Amino acid sequence: MSVVSDAVDWLSDGAHWTGQTGIPNRVLEHLGYTSLTLVVAAAVAVPLGLYIGHTGRFRGLAIGVTGALRALPTLGVLTLLTLLLGIGLGAPILALTVLAVPPLLAGVYAGVESVDPQTVDAARAQGMTEWQVLTRVEVPLGLPLVVGGFRAATLQVVATATVAAYVSLGGLGRYIFDGQAVRDYPQMVGGSVVVVVLALLLDGLFAVAQAAAERRARPSRRATTASSSTDPTPTSQSTTTP
Amino acid sequence: MEWAWRNRDQVLELFWQHTWLSVVPLVIGFLLAVPIGWYASRHPRLRGTLLGVGSVLYTIPSLALFVTLPGIIGTGFLDPLNVVVALSVYAVAIMVRTAADAFTSVSPAVLDSATATGYSSRQRGFGVELPLAGPVLLAGVRVVSVSTVSLVSVGALIGVSSLGSLFTNGYRRDFLTEIVVGLVGIVVLALVLDALLVLAGRLLMPWDRQSRRAQGPFWRRFAGGRVAESAVTLGGEA
Repeated sequence: MSVVSDAVDWLSDGAHWTGQTGIPNRVLEHLGYTSLTLVVAAAVAVPLGLYIGHTGRFRGLAIGVTGALRALPTLGVLTLLTLLLGIGLGAPILALTVLAVPPLLAGVYAGVESVDPQTVDAARAQGMTEWQVLTRVEVPLGLPLVVGGFRAATLQVVATATVAAYVSLGGLGRYIFDGQAVRDYPQMVGGSVVVVVLALLLDGLFAVAQAAAERRARPSRRATTASSSTDPTPTSQSTTTP
Repeated sequence: MEWAWRNRDQVLELFWQHTWLSVVPLVIGFLLAVPIGWYASRHPRLRGTLLGVGSVLYTIPSLALFVTLPGIIGTGFLDPLNVVVALSVYAVAIMVRTAADAFTSVSPAVLDSATATGYSSRQRGFGVELPLAGPVLLAGVRVVSVSTVSLVSVGALIGVSSLGSLFTNGYRRDFLTEIVVGLVGIVVLALVLDALLVLAGRLLMPWDRQSRRAQGPFWRRFAGGRVAESAVTLGGEA
């Protein structure tokens, strides 16, 4: 277990907490890549997801394409794109975007779809335009699942941004690869621990956001949401919609 | 593709390595997740905790887990066992949720009638609950299968050889073809395993006609179709 104590020593060493290769800077880099990827992925997935969820068109195609995308190993896409585009921010962000689009897209259209058709019909009957139905009824009510999609995408990207350090990117993956190069095991483990903590923190934040969205969407069920907040997926809901 | 043919022995060997590194965690994950999921479905209070633990485990990035496992379980740093254990952990983490859902979906009336016709609780578990939960379990296994096949390749970064080695090697040598061969190999392996799982499902659950029809054509069925959607809202990584 000396490895664990070595890692603790590495983490508690003040020298690792300052400067460009320090933990705070690496965390910022890591979060920077993550948010940039999410913005790009959301720009693609959110409009598409809203369209598919609202109209029900291209649903089968979307499921097929996202399923196929999921089978693509990110490491392969990353190395391939880096050789094609050269070293820089482009290839890693693109590879991570490929990873983030499927959960985002699925979250958005499943969210919109999960809204009770009777509620949507009632909104139409009251004279809402399609745009109003979408923005005032479907999005607010489907928000818990949409946030769930963002939660899944964020976690995948945070985890995989580690791998992106393999193609000379910064971020927390650096500790793992730099440590490996010089056989500095404490550094590798220490870096890994930081990634795990970051992932858990982000997941916690999203859990809170999801619970808040759930309370807003279904205020009458406030009492039950507290217990189900550790359970991010109202699975049956999204799967049983025909 | 000439390159792949010339190096077919090496590529094939990596393919088999990749296959067993994917299949072993899948089997271990299934064998562990089914009883845990069953237990969670019977004890609603524990359900939240068990599923919560699953989500937390699934949050741990694979590369980080591959690196930290040797220190925790005392294996060698390059031991393929690290990859097998890490992927089994993920497999259990994802499958427990599906398994719990699968068992919860079995109608209580059916269980009561099984009891009324004199089934012991054990007979009821294996003869009624398990088969009826089967289709949902299968869908869960298919989701895990795809993600496991993809995650095995990350092991190449710490020196555990698989088709992912073609990525690291191709990257170092600046050789696109090798990477493309690795990508194709992994997608093919994912498709083959998925087809085998579907086939196994048909053989074991011949009564499940309706859900088969609902899964639609081949390209729509791939990667678990409808259940894949629900798995996405699960926290996680690839």
